[in-house]
Amino acid sequence: MSRIRKNYENSFAHRFLVFVKGDKPLPEEDHVEEWRNRVAEVKETERTENANYIELAETDPYEDAKRFAQMSGVKVFRKIYYVLAVLMCLMIIGMLIMNVMYMPRFGSAETPTNNEVAERYLEKGSEETGVVNTVTGMILQYRAFDTFGETNVLFVAACSVMILLFRKTEPEKAPRKGKRKRKDAAAGNAPEGPSVSTADGQTEAPSCVWPPAMDTEEMEPAPDVILQNVARVVVPLIFLFGLYILLNGHLSPGGGFSGGAVIGAGLILYNAAFGFRATRRFFDEKVYDIIKVGSLCLYALIIAYYLFTGANGIASVVPLGRLGTILSSGLILPINLLVGLEVACTMYAFYALFRRGTF
Amino acid sequence: MMEWVRFGIGSLCILCGLAIAVIAAFGLFKFRFALNRMHAAAITDTLGILMVLLGLIILRGFCFDSLKLGLIILFFWFASPVSSHLLAGLEVEISDRLKDNCEIEENERKGGQS
Repeated sequence: MSRIRKNYENSFAHRFLVFVKGDKPLPEEDHVEEWRNRVAEVKETERTENANYIELAETDPYEDAKRFAQMSGVKVFRKIYYVLAVLMCLMIIGMLIMNVMYMPRFGSAETPTNNEVAERYLEKGSEETGVVNTVTGMILQYRAFDTFGETNVLFVAACSVMILLFRKTEPEKAPRKGKRKRKDAAAGNAPEGPSVSTADGQTEAPSCVWPPAMDTEEMEPAPDVILQNVARVVVPLIFLFGLYILLNGHLSPGGGFSGGAVIGAGLILYNAAFGFRATRRFFDEKVYDIIKVGSLCLYALIIAYYLFTGANGIASVVPLGRLGTILSSGLILPINLLVGLEVACTMYAFYALFRRGTF
Repeated sequence: MMEWVRFGIGSLCILCGLAIAVIAAFGLFKFRFALNRMHAAAITDTLGILMVLLGLIILRGFCFDSLKLGLIILFFWFASPVSSHLLAGLEVEISDRLKDNCEIEENERKGGQS
């Protein structure tokens, strides 16, 4: 085992991997030194040139006059700029007001939006979908496919941010690996010879990974006592309120997207107050993967069932229930929940990845 | 008569809150140093919001809606001072010209958090 790892650096597979990834090791010390020297040179030349220029301007009357012309030119240009900016604003305001004058009057019956579609939504919406809040019925029942696409967009956005910024640190796994290797060494290599090979095996981590794995736990700011005490009171209320919005999406304004945003904000506040280690107790990468993929897959299943039964919500087996109760309106409640989980995970993932690179 | 008194007090509260917000906005643009500006901005979030929502509660009477408004006031009074505190700590940490704008006691700055 150790022999294979020893030769791995020179092996074809490793060189091929480096070639494919195209990454190069960090610049050597010499390069940095050279670069610094060059920057210092450039700065020095700039300084001397500036000094020459100032001397010239102070002594030479012609240069003095030229500089005065330049400065006053700038002043004139500034005045023109202000006048032009005001003129431009007035022009845009006039154009917008003219456009507004062409629009139909507010609330008149002839506007193009007051057609049979909106009428149908308002008249039969709560009857067909079982929701009180017609907007939710519209986006989750009549236009369910569209909302599914939006949720997919969220998923793909979180995935691409993860591809760009995710950094595997895994502070828990490192000692375990070391132990296993030491066991290997004790079992296999002890009779053969030197323990140098095991040391090589431990530092075998591929050099082509960028950014390098490092633990940023020490770079986190010190926890703030005031923020912690407030977060202890506020965070449960925020979670409760988010769940309320999620579960009441079909009865009152709200729904999956807003409720999920509230829950994600609560997670972010908890993280900012208590740090990543406390958050990782209940929300680490594994939980994130399960919730995100699971909720999207369940949502896809529901949408597939919905499309299979005719995409009109009438032939659905799930009963619509009594109008106005929590357990009503068929599939809209679970869809709201799933969308909310997806949004909350996406928000928290953005925060965590942009701040630290891991969960 | 009672209705008119209630309307008067409520609208007076709302006008007072609006005046505070206007003064705070004026201070936000007048001051040059970040901590002073933050003080002006935080006043809007606490006192201005309190006065406006109190006026709304008085106008509405005591019902479920006014309870919600009271909860909003409570939340703002929790959240806004804490956020100003964190921002001020950050400003103290990274500011170059802190000494030009306010007096610092070295012991406090080292010992105190942020």
